[in-house]
Amino acid sequence: MASTQPILSATGLTMEFRGFVAVKNVTLSVDEGTIHALIGPNGAGKTTVFNLLTKFLTPTRGQIVYRGADITAMKPAEVARLGLVRSFQISAVFPHLTVLDNVRIALQRPSNLATQFWRPLSALSGLDDRAMELIEAVGLRAYAHLPAVELSYGRKRALEIATTLALDPAMLLLDEPMAGMGHEDIGRISDLIRRIAQNRTVLMVEHNLNVVSDLCDRVTVLARGEILADGSYDAVSADPRVREAYMGTEHE
Amino acid sequence: MTVETQYLSAQPKLRATTTVLGAIAIAALLVAPFVVYPIFLMSVLCFALFACAFNLLIGYVGLLSFGHATFFGGAAYFTAHAVKVWGWEPLSGILLGAAGAAALGFVVGFLAIRRQGIYFAMITLALGQMFAFICLQVPFTHGEDGIQGVPRGHLLGFIDLNEPLAMYYVTLAIFLFGFFAIWRIVNSPFGNILKAIRENERRAVSLGYRVDRYKLGAFVMSAALAGLAGGTKAIVFQFATLTDVQWQMSGEVILMTLLGGIGTLVGPAIGAGLVLALQNYLAASDFPVTVLIGIIFVVCVLLFRRGIAGEVMEFFKTRFNRST
Repeated sequence: MASTQPILSATGLTMEFRGFVAVKNVTLSVDEGTIHALIGPNGAGKTTVFNLLTKFLTPTRGQIVYRGADITAMKPAEVARLGLVRSFQISAVFPHLTVLDNVRIALQRPSNLATQFWRPLSALSGLDDRAMELIEAVGLRAYAHLPAVELSYGRKRALEIATTLALDPAMLLLDEPMAGMGHEDIGRISDLIRRIAQNRTVLMVEHNLNVVSDLCDRVTVLARGEILADGSYDAVSADPRVREAYMGTEHE
Repeated sequence: MTVETQYLSAQPKLRATTTVLGAIAIAALLVAPFVVYPIFLMSVLCFALFACAFNLLIGYVGLLSFGHATFFGGAAYFTAHAVKVWGWEPLSGILLGAAGAAALGFVVGFLAIRRQGIYFAMITLALGQMFAFICLQVPFTHGEDGIQGVPRGHLLGFIDLNEPLAMYYVTLAIFLFGFFAIWRIVNSPFGNILKAIRENERRAVSLGYRVDRYKLGAFVMSAALAGLAGGTKAIVFQFATLTDVQWQMSGEVILMTLLGGIGTLVGPAIGAGLVLALQNYLAASDFPVTVLIGIIFVVCVLLFRRGIAGEVMEFFKTRFNRST
């Protein structure tokens, strides 16, 4: 399943905000077909790394290579078009559109149904079947015609994943997909991520170490903007520096 | 899923109500010139289309342009010049005005779209002021005098627009065309993406949408439709002056849209009718119109922020949802 070819690699990534160094010399490589976790205490710079990798921020220094192509200078929409698609920490849905519309919006671009301003909305009905499949896959079948704003937090996250999957990305970057979720939701989303990852690469930021140990092939630990450790969950969790960085918040 | 069935069952009823109301509105517009002074009605239709075009940007993309007078007034100059100096047929003159406004919209939009919020509004305002200054200086607009005495001529060579009723029905047809175009744009695959950008721009970007291009597209469409309104106004009133390109006009269209209801299709048209009716019928009285419009504006912002159409729609929506 897991090949050794890196799909995404970053070298010497540094991000400075007016003298404050949020990310310092981060070198990271994600192997194709793996589930890779990025963990670390609060303020370690995990979300900044995500923003850098998906080009929502431009690094002060460093290089990012995705599938052999240098994407360091690209715009975020272009990166998404290459199949490197992210989710957000704060659930990113289109709140006043229905669940079905949310997913259809993602489907519209690859289907070339995004710029036609002279056609009726019924032109999009060809996307309904595929959209419903994706909605079904994340367990939101019963809510398809509700505005996204009416969904519970966990279901919004599920909708976000369905929307991301609509692009059929080669690689997903999930920013804390389980944050703020109840026990039941966590199990469901874990299963979902495992299913997604069967033919995709996933890089996820996650605080719940049970989930990380359960789901991820490889773990990179970030603290104060720098890489502290990198390797399998067992190796990383045995590392004394990692235990120290986490201190009281350490798992078990 | 009780919540979901509520949403679903309310939709056909809403649609039926909208169809009925739309038919009544069109019928009323058809007989209106026999009851109300046609020139007044025509100015309402022109401004209503202008406000609806403006609302396409603010209501459906979330962009506040403070320079829309450029497209309305600019088109009026282009149309007036083509018809008066070049002797063009009026409809082609109006279409030239709309095309000119679209070109101006491309330039202004291209420069402004890179900025957001208040900066976007400021750039459009600054470019609008620049355009107004150009209009004051270049010879073809005739400075303070404007282009006067534009002949109405014969539409397509055989409909005499000097007949007030003929002029009215042509204006109504242009308004309905523009209104339908806006309705189509809003309810199209493209309009869907515009809504997504308004709702959550970062998410739209992360789904691979080049949002700047969509915003620019909407900006050009809005400018072209504002130009359609401005060109028509030049034919109806037979002149084009600086009043239509100045920032006060940009402010007025914002006021009309706010009063009527941002993001509703008919709201801006209602707002335009209200503002013009007040200006028109209070012009003769001693009461200062601007004070009254100011009071109405304050009341609107304090009490019904969705605007007239927005509040009415909300009322019906909650009623339908409760009854099911």
